[in-house]
Amino acid sequence: MEPLQRIEAVALPIAQPNCDTDQITPARFLQKPRSDDFGRYLFADVRFRADGSEIPDFILNRPEYRAARIIAAERNFGCGSSREHAVWSLHDYGIRAVIAPSFGDIFRSNCLKNGLVPVVLPEDEVKALLDGLAASPGAHIAVDVVEQVVVFPDGSVRGFDIDPFAKHCIVQGLDELDYTLSQSSAIESFERDYDERHR
Amino acid sequence: MPRLRLRTKGNTVDHSANHTPRTMLDTIWDSHRILSRDDGQDLLFVDRHFIHDVTEPAFRMLRDRGLAPRSPGRIFGTPDHYVPTHSRKATAINDPERRTMIEALTRDARGADITVFGLGDPRQGIVHVVGPEQGLSLPGMIIVCADSHTSTHGAVGALAFGIGATEVGHALATQSLWQRRPGRMRVSVDGTLGAGVTAKDVILAIIAKIGVAGAVGHAIEYAGSAIRGLSMEGRLTLCNMSIEAGGRVGFVAPDDTTFAYLAGRPYAPKEAAWDRAVARWRRLASDPDAVFDREVTLDASEIAPMVTWGTTPEDALPITGRVPDPDAAPTAERRETMSRALAYMGLTPGTPLEEVPVDRVFIGSCTNGRIEDLRSAAGIVKGRKVAAGVDAWVVPGSEPVRAQAEAEGLDLVFKTAGFEWRYAGCSMCLATNGDTVAAGQRCASTSNRNFVGRQGVGARTHLMSPAMAAAAAVTGRLSDVRRLMAGA
Ligand code: SF4
Repeated sequence: MEPLQRIEAVALPIAQPNCDTDQITPARFLQKPRSDDFGRYLFADVRFRADGSEIPDFILNRPEYRAARIIAAERNFGCGSSREHAVWSLHDYGIRAVIAPSFGDIFRSNCLKNGLVPVVLPEDEVKALLDGLAASPGAHIAVDVVEQVVVFPDGSVRGFDIDPFAKHCIVQGLDELDYTLSQSSAIESFERDYDERHR
Repeated sequence: MPRLRLRTKGNTVDHSANHTPRTMLDTIWDSHRILSRDDGQDLLFVDRHFIHDVTEPAFRMLRDRGLAPRSPGRIFGTPDHYVPTHSRKATAINDPERRTMIEALTRDARGADITVFGLGDPRQGIVHVVGPEQGLSLPGMIIVCADSHTSTHGAVGALAFGIGATEVGHALATQSLWQRRPGRMRVSVDGTLGAGVTAKDVILAIIAKIGVAGAVGHAIEYAGSAIRGLSMEGRLTLCNMSIEAGGRVGFVAPDDTTFAYLAGRPYAPKEAAWDRAVARWRRLASDPDAVFDREVTLDASEIAPMVTWGTTPEDALPITGRVPDPDAAPTAERRETMSRALAYMGLTPGTPLEEVPVDRVFIGSCTNGRIEDLRSAAGIVKGRKVAAGVDAWVVPGSEPVRAQAEAEGLDLVFKTAGFEWRYAGCSMCLATNGDTVAAGQRCASTSNRNFVGRQGVGARTHLMSPAMAAAAAVTGRLSDVRRLMAGA
């Protein structure tokens, strides 16, 4: 996982609640190997026609948003299926942070495992952000993981919460598995006792 | 690691010293807690890990790091998402990528000594049907699987939740997962369900009430007399769709219905071990005075047979209703969302739901592919014919369900009426095996998601119970099943 301290980039507004993982990465791409560039599958069904040509109306196809690396969206972003492929699509396209009032629980934890920051802000702040981004397409915003702040297009700053451990892993580019493996003896002794209790 | 301290938990849970009322969530959570981090995350021991034919990326991650599954005996698999439902032969899969998914499961499992009920095995089926059916999902367990509908297994009284590929890799390698304890939410349904009203209608009514984000961050405990009165099949349907309410976990406290269902299942404990297990399981239920972070109540007698009209499961109404009018929406945002959904669904506001014609019918999935579901659908179909122009399928949730249905003659009821009778798999729920609904076609479906493109690009899905789907099949439109019920 690449370390991520701060990102400043074009933000893509997705002014729609409940954007589900089936929209982010349609199920027919679940059979693709991880070595594929999943960025090509991002929002595939609304972004491309059946012949592969772009649908000009779709926001990501508009020139001012193509370089987006941050997404702002309405509530319950990433609800639905547990497919990590949805996060891979966002990641491979270049997205490193998603800002929303709430996230699907599984999607949220998948983000953290892939160096993509799920930023929860209150509904009214996200609304203001979405309005600001719609008013000035292609505007840059910043997500600073170290400082735990979002810098809006107008320069104003909003704080956000993130688990200290998840933050540590994202900022350092570490993953949890190595850490857990270092605790193997605790797992072993727990398991022995657990099995004893369940005979 | 800065600012990170660990505490090892005592391994035995001492209830006697502590008279604070406890929820079932806490009881199961605490009995699986290996370590706690001071950021509030707990390392939980995983009793059961189910794998299927979309688990390849996790095994690859493991191999890339030179690791192997730690506890193969606690892991079980079956292919479901990519299996053909017209044949039991992998060679019947024309698409090489899909075939690879099934082959990868077989290879990864064999390499690690993991038991897999493969294609052609009489125990194969959708993983969430197979687990409880084989007695692999038991009360008090923590169960994980790379699939959001893992919540299904909560019906036996377990904490079961879906995880992504990286977490699958972690669970394979360590038989444990770091998790933050979710909020405690209780959804109580009291009273008596009316004729023709099933567990599917109950969960659609719950989601319509609380919304698809209604339980985000919470584990749902289902309670109340109407829930107690549900069969295990009904409870499995209910818990299955917890994720559609935003809850990663949904469960029902185990009781005599649970024990009667599990007794004698192949992997359930036997004899003296069974008696000891039941005694333990009886202690899992939440204390009567336990406190929940959120409470929602529904009156069972007010729930009617439900159908969805839009593109999220909260877009559900009683079948007696009409397609809603976006102009009557409370906010501009909702108006916009509804208009988009209705345009996709090809529906006109004000149309009575019972006048909406269907092209396809799909009875199956991990939500409603169990024997009771097929019995209920067959009860409506018997003596009737699938309406002209409708293509109706029954896809049993597992091969044991298919065998049982055939032993009861249900396959003949369906086939005589003009249904297709298929082999077990996910099939048209997700359409990844090639069983798709064509663009613009409208499908009455017993599955769990009516998302845009879920059953195929441009497919229009209406979610409902098996009896309601059967009614749609024989009338050719969305129909109130109560009109078709015996004696009605
Ligand atoms: S039946 Fe549908 S929801 Fe259930 S596991 Fe299969 S694809 Fe997922």
